[in-house]
Amino acid sequence: MLTVRDLHVTYHSGQTAIPAVRGVSLDLAAGERLGIAGESGCGKSTLAIALLRLLPRGTEVSGEILLDGEDVLGMSFGRLRAVRWVGASIVFQGAMHSLNPVHRVGRQLAEPMLLHRTVPPSKVEERVTELLGQVGLPPWRAASYPHQLSGGQRQRVMIAMALACEPKLVIADEATTALDVMIQAQVLELVTCLATERGIALVMISHDLSVLSSTCDRLAVMYAGRVIEEGLAHEVFTAPRHPYAAGLAAAFPMVGDDASRLRPRGLAGDPPDPARLPPGCPFHPRCERAIAECESHDVRLRFVGTKHNAACVHIGGLVT
Amino acid sequence: MTLLSARGVHVSFSAQGRRARAVDGVDLDLAPGEILALAGESGCGKSTLARSLLGLIRPDNGTISYQGEPLRYDSAALKRYRRNVQLILQDPTGALNPRHTVYEAVAEGLRIHRIGDNETGRVAEALSRAGLRPPERFFLRYPHELSGGQRQRVVIAGALVLDPKVIIADEPVASLDASVRGEILALLLRLRDELGLSALVVTHDLGLAWNIADRLAVMYLGRIVEVGPVEEVLQRPKHPYTGALVSVLPGGQPEVLAGEPPDVSQTPGGCRFHPRCPRLADGTADAAGVADACRTKELPVLDGTTRAASCHLIREC
Amino acid sequence: MTAIAWQRRRAAVGRSWQEYRRHRAGVAGLVILAVTVGIALAAPLITDAEGLDVTKSTGGVLDPPGNGFPLGTDEQGRSVLLLLIWGARVSLLVGITATLLAMGIGTLIGVAAGHFSGWFSGLLMRVTDWFMVLPRLVLAIALASVLGPSMVTIIVAIGVTSWPGTARLIRAQTLAVEARPYLERARALGAGHWHQMTRHVLPNVMPLVLASTTLEVASAILAEATLSFLGLGDPTRISWGTMLSRAYASGAVTAGSWWYLLPPGLAILLVVLSFTLCGRALEAVLNPRLRDG
Repeated sequence: MLTVRDLHVTYHSGQTAIPAVRGVSLDLAAGERLGIAGESGCGKSTLAIALLRLLPRGTEVSGEILLDGEDVLGMSFGRLRAVRWVGASIVFQGAMHSLNPVHRVGRQLAEPMLLHRTVPPSKVEERVTELLGQVGLPPWRAASYPHQLSGGQRQRVMIAMALACEPKLVIADEATTALDVMIQAQVLELVTCLATERGIALVMISHDLSVLSSTCDRLAVMYAGRVIEEGLAHEVFTAPRHPYAAGLAAAFPMVGDDASRLRPRGLAGDPPDPARLPPGCPFHPRCERAIAECESHDVRLRFVGTKHNAACVHIGGLVT
Repeated sequence: MTLLSARGVHVSFSAQGRRARAVDGVDLDLAPGEILALAGESGCGKSTLARSLLGLIRPDNGTISYQGEPLRYDSAALKRYRRNVQLILQDPTGALNPRHTVYEAVAEGLRIHRIGDNETGRVAEALSRAGLRPPERFFLRYPHELSGGQRQRVVIAGALVLDPKVIIADEPVASLDASVRGEILALLLRLRDELGLSALVVTHDLGLAWNIADRLAVMYLGRIVEVGPVEEVLQRPKHPYTGALVSVLPGGQPEVLAGEPPDVSQTPGGCRFHPRCPRLADGTADAAGVADACRTKELPVLDGTTRAASCHLIREC
Repeated sequence: MTAIAWQRRRAAVGRSWQEYRRHRAGVAGLVILAVTVGIALAAPLITDAEGLDVTKSTGGVLDPPGNGFPLGTDEQGRSVLLLLIWGARVSLLVGITATLLAMGIGTLIGVAAGHFSGWFSGLLMRVTDWFMVLPRLVLAIALASVLGPSMVTIIVAIGVTSWPGTARLIRAQTLAVEARPYLERARALGAGHWHQMTRHVLPNVMPLVLASTTLEVASAILAEATLSFLGLGDPTRISWGTMLSRAYASGAVTAGSWWYLLPPGLAILLVVLSFTLCGRALEAVLNPRLRDG
């Protein structure tokens, strides 16, 4: 239900052009859960907001984003507004600060429903109570102000809001990053449960590979604006083929695994600045397995196994 | 021989007219050359405990001792103490004054303690130990010109320059990119191996404890609920809270606790974990006959050195 | 190595200047101020101070412009232009000195009130509040009756009533800076109060002080004009305020001697406006750093 073909997003700041997304293609079926992993500067958040055309004015976008067959990039503004939140919704990073502090929670939940007229005004209150119940909050919370809720509770409100117009796709951009592990577990349980029950497709964006591997069906790892490895979540996390994906996976040690006991592993260097990408393969300055070719030759995704592709020179075979 | 120890520490704040007992009775010991992880969720008191150990917060009750000597809170004694016990903060960007160069940031400690001889040499050595080589290249840089990992190394260098014996790190890698964390953690381990530093690492990430710590203490609502060697605590947890935390780690069978830790101004009676305890909820406590104790009888403060867990179920066995 | 550090600081100032230049209004204000201050400083060189002496005046009484007096004469036959130039010296001097006084006290108290907590801070804030409600005019009159009307009276009156505003502003910024992790790091390193305040708080609070100072000068010059107009300034010295006062007293208003009234009024307007524009531009330039620091 979601197809992204060769998406390019370039920000223009002053005189510089910053290529945030450099040719990303994805496929997502209804009810499927896709995880997008990556660190700062890899373009994952840009990808998320591009899906609903929420990019700032002046940003250069090319490629195709097909939401249920319709190209988001080609839509008229009226149609786009209708699609936003009803076709697909987003739970943003820093969602806890996305709530208006002077409006009660119930009113903010009602807002998208009233805007899109998906629910007749008489039924809105009922629906708000229903939504709160779905995320595990009691009905009287509708009268609370955001500051009266804890971080975890506010995040649940954001999720409830994302579900308000019964979208077919929910994009969660680092939705659980700032939460405690137990609250995170609660929220993830909730999200996957709701997604499964309602057949909602889910795009989960996070830097935490371990979380993504346990909640998503498929996983795509982004680096410097491209997908450098994609495949079944469990496979990509436990047997990554791209050196970056391997390095990232190693940053989330499994308790009980002797290999990581007193042996922290990380990658040297830092994630690249999108405005100043290295030539050739963007990962080569940090790569242990870099060879001469890596400096001049950027590699596209190559076939590793069923539904598993990685973009590294050390992998033979091209993906058609 | 213990290097740093806390005995019966209580720290409370008044918030909105109520008394919030952030640290409610803690005994803890740190041996030389040991890395102790202090884990727990937000509000459990781990950061407050860490700052009490540093002398930044004065406990209402109890003593903090360094090398057997109790800490004195007059400014001269505290200043001397600072040369032995140093702090690394979570957010390296916030921890560095944006108007000071790297050199100034690292030399600050030396200047405060009026260590004037060979300042440049000491700064260079500290930066070098922290992995920033060649150090001279970094002297005149400003924090905003460095990456997150480099900034954290500058903060570490700033702590190392005073030649401390203990480093207290409050979430040292939480603000850093995932792929960069390993390097900083490896650095901490190296410092322990090369310089014999002890470290108390405050974290919410049990995986981090697995990665670098020797011992682990789990805190809940102001008390330590379980303590012991990392392998023991994480692979054979005794306390239901630890068990639940370990279970939600990826790869486990998650036992998700409902609700959130209550506010520290409203600590539950009896065992402070009992309202959320899965063992109480699923009947195990009833079967063992301790359910009443869980609800009414408070548990004693754990001894900070051995392998122990603060649970009525265990004490019965 | 210190040489390189200074080079970097100079480069940073250069960048700030480039940023400032983009604010046309600020540049305009700066030019006007430069010209005004230049003329005021050069007054003894470009004009004849003798012309200020009442006994040596050569013009007629309230003559309109012309006849070698580009701006006409005052009620005692002196050149209004000459008075304007010399008046600039007093107005600017009083304005700037009063502001420095206000800023000095305000910064001291603001930083102390923000840094220390408990009863000391509370005490400072109460003192600030007390001075804040002091009516400037009444204080000036009271001071004038005690100290006699003079420049010092006006400077003190303005300084003493302006510093609370600054103090509150600086206290707020100090509190913001104190909450930042690098202050905690400084304490963990063993820094005492003095080190914390001078090495961390003050440098981060200074940009705000600078921008605020510039705006405060504008306000002080206006205040000086008001107080001088009311006759509380030094009767032997000319400032723009006293010019307006004499113009009023000598009936220039009814006589329609616009050349006596308009120039000082316009001069005050221009200088106040220039300081304000500069101050705003400075705030804009220094602000991004303020947000980060």
